[in-house]
Amino acid sequence: MTLDIFVSFLSQLTQTLLVVLIAPLMLGWVAQCRAWMQNRSGPGILQPYRVLFKLLEKDAVLAHNASPLFRSAPYIQFGCMVLAASVVPIIETNLLFAPAADVIALVGVFALARVFSALAAMDVGTSFGTLGARREMLVASLSEPALLMVFFTPLLIVQSSSLNTIVDTLAHREFALYPSLAFAAVAFVMVLLAENARIPVDNPATHLELTMIHEALILEYSGRHLALIEWANAIKFTTYCAIGIALFVPWGIAQAGGWQVLPGAILALFVKLGVAGAGLALLETISAKMRIFRAPEFLSMAFMLAALGMLTLLLLGA
Amino acid sequence: MYPFDTAPLDLILGVVLLWLLIGLAGLARPTSLRFVSRVLFPMGTVGGAMLLLVAVFAIRVEPVSLVLPLGLPDLPFHLRLDALSAFFIALVGAVALGVSLFSAGYFRQGEGTVPGLLCLQYHVFLSSMVLVIVADDAYLFMVAWETMALSSYFMVTTSHKIAEIRRAGFLYLLMAHIGAIALLLCFGVMHGEAGQYTFDALRSSALSPFWASAAFLLALFGFGAKAGLLPLHVWLPEAHPAAPSPASALMSAVMLKTAIYGFLRVTFDLLPTQIWWWGVVTLVLGLLTALFGVMFAAVQSDMKRLLAYSSIENIGIIFAGAGLAIIFHAYSNPHMAALALVATLYHCVNHAFFKSLLFLGTGSVLHATHERSLGKLGGLIRNMPWVAGLSLVGALAIAGLPPLNGFVSEWLLLQAFLFSPGLPNPYLNMLVPLGSAALVLAAALSGYVMVKFYGVIFLGQQREEKLREARDAGLWERAGLAWFAMGCVALGLFPMAVILLLDHVTLPLVNFTLSAAISGSGWLLFTPVAAERASYSPIFFLLGIAGTLLVTFLAVRGFYHGRVRRSAAWDCGFPEQTSRMQDSAEGFGQPITQIFEPFFRVRRQMPDPFSRRPVYFKTNEDRLWYWLYLPIARANERIASWIGVLQHGRIHLYLLYSFITLLALLLFVR
Repeated sequence: MTLDIFVSFLSQLTQTLLVVLIAPLMLGWVAQCRAWMQNRSGPGILQPYRVLFKLLEKDAVLAHNASPLFRSAPYIQFGCMVLAASVVPIIETNLLFAPAADVIALVGVFALARVFSALAAMDVGTSFGTLGARREMLVASLSEPALLMVFFTPLLIVQSSSLNTIVDTLAHREFALYPSLAFAAVAFVMVLLAENARIPVDNPATHLELTMIHEALILEYSGRHLALIEWANAIKFTTYCAIGIALFVPWGIAQAGGWQVLPGAILALFVKLGVAGAGLALLETISAKMRIFRAPEFLSMAFMLAALGMLTLLLLGA
Repeated sequence: MYPFDTAPLDLILGVVLLWLLIGLAGLARPTSLRFVSRVLFPMGTVGGAMLLLVAVFAIRVEPVSLVLPLGLPDLPFHLRLDALSAFFIALVGAVALGVSLFSAGYFRQGEGTVPGLLCLQYHVFLSSMVLVIVADDAYLFMVAWETMALSSYFMVTTSHKIAEIRRAGFLYLLMAHIGAIALLLCFGVMHGEAGQYTFDALRSSALSPFWASAAFLLALFGFGAKAGLLPLHVWLPEAHPAAPSPASALMSAVMLKTAIYGFLRVTFDLLPTQIWWWGVVTLVLGLLTALFGVMFAAVQSDMKRLLAYSSIENIGIIFAGAGLAIIFHAYSNPHMAALALVATLYHCVNHAFFKSLLFLGTGSVLHATHERSLGKLGGLIRNMPWVAGLSLVGALAIAGLPPLNGFVSEWLLLQAFLFSPGLPNPYLNMLVPLGSAALVLAAALSGYVMVKFYGVIFLGQQREEKLREARDAGLWERAGLAWFAMGCVALGLFPMAVILLLDHVTLPLVNFTLSAAISGSGWLLFTPVAAERASYSPIFFLLGIAGTLLVTFLAVRGFYHGRVRRSAAWDCGFPEQTSRMQDSAEGFGQPITQIFEPFFRVRRQMPDPFSRRPVYFKTNEDRLWYWLYLPIARANERIASWIGVLQHGRIHLYLLYSFITLLALLLFVR
């Protein structure tokens, strides 16, 4: 019993740390792929780490009227993202922490982090901060229901809302094709792009004032605070990719207890993340950023697709 | 189990008596603010605490009843306390405790009604709500119900010198009475044998499905009018902002819940059967109300109106849960019915706590700044750290964020929506999970609303010069706010404790207890259906975030540094930044009007580009006013004018009318 708990604690710690540490690498890989596709040489996939270390060295500059909420928000966001990363099975489905939060709570963690980032952006009271907060909450209030609807399809298939159980069941039972999951997968990719401030909803490379969403939120941050936020966002992005993998291509994620299959599982993870990153880079290269008021249409399409997936499941039972 | 010597119902009546006496004592020295706020309100707090304590223990004991020889001759008051009423009594007690504590420091000299009279209205209001809940016959129920409506009407019109507030009060009274008529008819339909109107007699009356449905629809109408269910919500955003903040808190947190209590009492207890389409009607109305409420909350620029619309949203969520419970109960699926019912009741408590917290918080802001309009507030976190900090808890809770309490009930409700396995009706099987889509949309938009509410009031630069002088709330007010904030945290972290209490409520109503499914998973893990189905652990959740936060903080400080420089805000290098450059409340709500434009009746006036004095205005109105209320009002006027033809003011004509009537009666009624 105690040994079991210890093993599962170890597994938990390893998986969480792995996500936290490779998160910047994932961002670097997507940026690098994008550079290649656009015929640029690119900064190299280690660039996000260099940025993080540079930011951590620097002084944090705060506005005169910044309140304690402003200073604590980056830490809260980081904590939320680490918690989110720790309930998503990426190598094996033996997570100690999994019962603490199911998929609905997972969406809640993302929402908690987002509300704090929006509040912090409003704290200093600059024009761009409030603009960013408003846009971020707008996009989020439409993408969050879509994300939940995406989760509901596998949830109804497996009859469980625990991500661990969902992956366990989907990956290790007889191979079956679910057309409903295809709808959900498309919707999920759309939500992923919107929630992680990627093209076509937002542009991570922009500093053109009037078009930005995410950059406007963190405009007043600097130094270690900015580093934490950037890192938290990298973790969020990687966690989203991991959720997508866990729900839609779970094959390769090991069940609890088999040490022999772990190398294969780790290899599978890296291959899948690599392919996912390249695919997202391709998507971002071939599409253009849309106006902010097109974003609701984009997201309601995602919502409808997810709802359609659920309806398909209920009609066809598959 | 039950630690007191006196029976619970007697103790509860004792508290009612205490409150009435406190109210009357207010009349002894009506103008002395010191006496009322330092002596009477703290005593009222003690009453609230006693009520909470007694009711929490009384939930577990057997139902007790009592006949009081009051009222009309041969028509005594029947009282009864069972688990359902004890639960709602506990809710009244908990809210009364905090609001009375807050009120002890809140009222100021020279604001509308004199303090002593206000004290009387306040305590009569509290007592009448308790009596509504313990009533065991239709007669006492209606008497208490009307007392509740009247006493709250007087509190709404505290500042009766303002015409707008008088109008709001009139609208409130009108809607309250239309609802009360429906309730009277409902009890009339359900009547027992030989004109008996005790609840026992109503329970045993044999109703055909048609008349049961008629009674149900009348109850839905009557209680829906009190709770603010669409399309009977119009009084709510007018009346709540008009009342002083403690009264708004009481109305929103408790009075709306008495309507929920009545609805549950009639549907699950008094009516002999449940029919599935009742649940569908309730569910659909509830979801529509939730979406409507949250959309209108997003575009408000008055902080109390915003909260009133948010109350409409939460009432919608509660009704959706009740509808789901009816559907499951009608199809005899007791486990899911219990789950939905628990989610409904849990949301009632949660809403009582966070809405009281926020309404009281706006009261403190109002007194510190004399400003209700969001467009003139801002940056108050720097002057009012206590109010800001405690309100943050309420805002996060109402936005449904874990690990606070709002999340728990929404989580439970979603579980009830999703695990609706094999209802015998294929259409429902498909539509009920889709209803969860509407629910999550409402929940996500409430996050938007709360960022707007909190961000515009407490964060940013101060929009007016006078806000610099704003002072934080006093000790009494802080204590009241802290009580509700602690409640939000505790209800969020220890859901199991609440579920165990709610078991006693669900057992008599739907014949199932959730803890039968929970047993074995311990109190750390919250698993309402089965451990492998769904689980959530708020404690681990909090520990996870807090632990990471601490480790990160120490690591950053340890490996790097904690150096901070202060400077002017960056804002992309714009040199001049005034408080006018922040989003106004209207600006923050603008995307919602743009996306959901069909739902609003928008009137916009854009200025001419060459105008010397550009005027811009935009209003977002409720379409239902124009589609429903104004036509009814006009039809009413037209009919009245037709009838008015009869009126001439000449006495011989009236005598002629009497004569004709008499003749007609003699001819036809023999």
